[in-house]
Amino acid sequence: MLIFEKGAEGRFATAQAPKVMSSVADLPPEMLRQTRAGLPEVSELQAVRHFTNLSRKNFSIDTQFYPLGSCTMKYNPRGAHKAASLPGFLGRHPLAPESHSQGYLACVYDLQNILKEVTGMAGVSLTPMAGAQGEFAGVAMIKAYHEAREDFARTEIIVPEAAHGTNPATAVMCGYKVVEIPVKADGDVDVDALKSAVGPQTAGIMMTNPSTCGVFERQVEEISKTVHDAGGLLYYDGANLNAILGKVRPGDMGFDVLHMNLHKTFATPHGGGGPGSGPVAVGERLLPYLPTPIVGMQEEQGETRYHWIDDDALPNSIGRLSAFMGNAGIILRAYIYATLLGRDGLHRVGEFSTLNSNYMASLMAKAGFELAYPERRATHEFIITLNKQAKELNVTAMDFAKRLLDYGYHAPTTYFPLLVPECFLIEPTETESIDELEGFVEAMIAIQAEAETSAEMVKGAPYTQPVKRLDDVKAARELDVSFQRNSA
Amino acid sequence: MPFIPHTDQDIQKMLDVIGVSAIDDLFDEIPKHLRAKSLDKVPEGLSEMDMMRLMSERAQQDAGALCFIGAGAYEHHVPAAVWDVATRGEFMTAYTPYQAEASQGTLQLIYEYQSMMCQLTAMDVSNASLYDGASGLAESVLMAIRANRKSKSRKVLVASGVHPLYEKTVNSIVANQEITLDSVALGSDFRVDQQALQAFEGQDYAALVISQPNFYGSIEDVNALTDWAHAQGMLVIAVVNPTALALLVPPGEWGDTGADIVVGEGQPLGLPLASGGPYFGFICCTNKLVRQMPGRIIGRTVDLDGKEGFTLTLQAREQHIRRSKATSNICTNQGLAVTAATIYMTLLGYEGLSRVASASHANTKALAEKLTSIDGVELLSNGPFFHEFVMSVPGSARDVLEGLAEYSILGGVALSDLVEGADTQAVLVCATEVKTSNDLDVYASALSAVLASKGSV
Amino acid sequence: MSNIPGELKYLSSHEWVRLESDGVTATIGITDHAQDLLGDVVFVELPELEAELAAGDEAGVVESVKAASDIFAPISGVVIAINEDLEESPEVVNSDPYDDGWFFKVKISDAEELNTLLDAEAYTEACAADDH
Repeated sequence: MLIFEKGAEGRFATAQAPKVMSSVADLPPEMLRQTRAGLPEVSELQAVRHFTNLSRKNFSIDTQFYPLGSCTMKYNPRGAHKAASLPGFLGRHPLAPESHSQGYLACVYDLQNILKEVTGMAGVSLTPMAGAQGEFAGVAMIKAYHEAREDFARTEIIVPEAAHGTNPATAVMCGYKVVEIPVKADGDVDVDALKSAVGPQTAGIMMTNPSTCGVFERQVEEISKTVHDAGGLLYYDGANLNAILGKVRPGDMGFDVLHMNLHKTFATPHGGGGPGSGPVAVGERLLPYLPTPIVGMQEEQGETRYHWIDDDALPNSIGRLSAFMGNAGIILRAYIYATLLGRDGLHRVGEFSTLNSNYMASLMAKAGFELAYPERRATHEFIITLNKQAKELNVTAMDFAKRLLDYGYHAPTTYFPLLVPECFLIEPTETESIDELEGFVEAMIAIQAEAETSAEMVKGAPYTQPVKRLDDVKAARELDVSFQRNSA
Repeated sequence: MPFIPHTDQDIQKMLDVIGVSAIDDLFDEIPKHLRAKSLDKVPEGLSEMDMMRLMSERAQQDAGALCFIGAGAYEHHVPAAVWDVATRGEFMTAYTPYQAEASQGTLQLIYEYQSMMCQLTAMDVSNASLYDGASGLAESVLMAIRANRKSKSRKVLVASGVHPLYEKTVNSIVANQEITLDSVALGSDFRVDQQALQAFEGQDYAALVISQPNFYGSIEDVNALTDWAHAQGMLVIAVVNPTALALLVPPGEWGDTGADIVVGEGQPLGLPLASGGPYFGFICCTNKLVRQMPGRIIGRTVDLDGKEGFTLTLQAREQHIRRSKATSNICTNQGLAVTAATIYMTLLGYEGLSRVASASHANTKALAEKLTSIDGVELLSNGPFFHEFVMSVPGSARDVLEGLAEYSILGGVALSDLVEGADTQAVLVCATEVKTSNDLDVYASALSAVLASKGSV
Repeated sequence: MSNIPGELKYLSSHEWVRLESDGVTATIGITDHAQDLLGDVVFVELPELEAELAAGDEAGVVESVKAASDIFAPISGVVIAINEDLEESPEVVNSDPYDDGWFFKVKISDAEELNTLLDAEAYTEACAADDH
């Protein structure tokens, strides 16, 4: 039942608003609203109960193992949330003067330095509000760099075909043409194809490493040399940074610019689809183009003062990407997470996420599931293909995914990357215990047995969720995206 | 090991199954010389207790001032239930609702949010939200250029009452696509100058951007502006404050046919100031433009048994399917911020939101009267305003604001800090419903004191 | 195997063209194979009337729940009719791709271009090659 269908005309949570309506008689009458907006009319308890009950219809990290590949669904420490919610942080206005902002600015400054260190880059800006905006900022900086050198011939961005859809979409938003290059059967980029694709028209390449195939790109140095020799720059999509945190740094691999997803690697909550945060880090060449604002620090007579660095101090910046400074609260949570882990803890992230993933991959292979890249080492995630099950039993990856929900596990990422048919991209993360990993594999074995004996049952899953499979076609053809009181 | 559950026995068992002798062996595909050394510049880890001490000290440094700054972020009372419920783990630690059957909570909530935004703005369709108001305006500009098939123009006209930081943001985002923004000058009453507008008559622009109330708090004659733009073949992009929508004519009813795209900052709907985020941008449009809408949209449908359910819809517009031809590169929305806003709107209802809006307006008017009764302080906003106004102070606005800050009063923003070439004596001031009459008096007497001490120098 | 009428011409991107009896009008749609690949069609975006299309131009988009494909003009000409029924009933593209599910008609500017298109046999081969 929708919240609009509960309550009664004239009811509202009276404790939550000023006691009376104030006069607006001084405003021009033709500017005043004449029709009431049809917002819900419920009591406070009705509201709390409605939304609490809605929450119970969600899977979440706090309630289930959630091995979504490429999404890094690790535990989100409550301490980070609690500290970021201290009244001093919540009450600070984004335009408050620096004199009343030293606490917040110190956190931003410290996180900038931590991120520089873990990525091996020369500068960081925390302002992009999500991975996609970080990508945008990164490619916009590549463009600004070429244009500052009056090199206007560079009109193409190269993207491996296995890349996330955001990569080509971002390149287009920056005014570039996208050239896709193939990936070989072992999951590495086809370097010969890359060599014939680069030239004076190449602005850069966008890469994820470990790639979306769940393997480390072994020829990264050759790729770097090829693109750099052609005059292009290398962009690192940090979607999979969790795999290599503390083990290898993008700056050392030759990348010129990258974005990180703090909501993945730095354990900030995904919030049912955001807010995220997608800071960018750059090498020396791109420092002048970083998006603003950034935080700087000065020591004067033994006193530390933090200050904003804005467009006037960074005139070649690609500019501002949000009204203020991105998702400040997420930045705080990421800073707190890094503070709790410290240098040793950050090292362990890459190690244990990789250990968990390889353990699961080994168990799955032993149980007879087909790994997409069996000869390769798994990274923090790995791919299995259920192509045989789809062909022989007519039970698809989607059917396995839905049935997993009945076993109490969120499904892995399905049908991505597109070049592996009927695939699962499985990312367990470092915060899951061995018991959960084994439980998931056992569920997969059980579903395999069901698929062999009662395929139709599996194809009807899930059975234990608030709804069964939904009619997506009806949703798109008979679009209903807003409740209409009169027509209901 | 913080947040890592492995015992020594676990690790040994896992390594045995994998068939390697040490964790480090799992990284043998990474060339040796690339391997990272220790992260020396990262400090040692802290316990939660030590971290809380550090963060409390830092938070305390920024606390305690009485804030009269608005300029795009507004301090409203946030009912306790809003974040208590929104931060339940099931909302806060869920991912984007890809597996619809296991995400009905988030999906239904977003459908309800979309419905509420349509009600507030009097538009047909809302998406699941964008990052913030400023980047939302950039997406609206891109959307208008795609949608206005009659005009081939890659130019958009902006009334200069639009937030200057929004204009900067839009420029950074759209400039790479050869899209340009032109500005209509502001009149002396801090509203669109009608004569300046007439100069654009007959020119080819994809859209006109109108802010209501505008950055200066002024209420624009949106009916006339909307009809003018439509007569010129431009789409109308409305930038609105959601609290004000409880008092002012909604964009869907502007002029003869209403605005085409409505966008704004959702922060006033239950989100704390929090240094500027996370907030969320809302965007609504007419049915006609729905396929040009960027970002996630949730639809109501039925399941195999015919039972009501909710799912992502119109996904073919999005980057994971359309790749380089997507309407935007945006992947997610600001889910948790929207969760809070939906609970906020539910608790207040239309009646409560109207009271918040009217109380904010009344407080702002009262503050304007108190402050401008001080010698040398003048009201520059001589037209109608909502919950912000511009005043002129003797001397430099920056100096006066610094003086007020020493009294722990953040008295507003100096216009010249945000608007190039603005009057250096002008201050933009805001008072919402959270300010008591005593707060207003405290501000007034501090201002008198600051001005008196300056006069004595 | 999907239905591939012998009298039509094709593009390897799965558009079909029928030269009407007047010799100057060509009707364009997507093939049975294409609708099968897409699954349930939920939306079709058509070119504007009187638009001048060159062969190979993007002329529209067809969307299913999980995919979207551009429609290319197989042949140059001016758009003289569009199938407005598809707005309300996109499912016709699935049920009747070669008749009621047509997309648009052009007045062709160069009949010679028809000879550059695939015939049914060549298109059948192209589809078979795709399946690998």
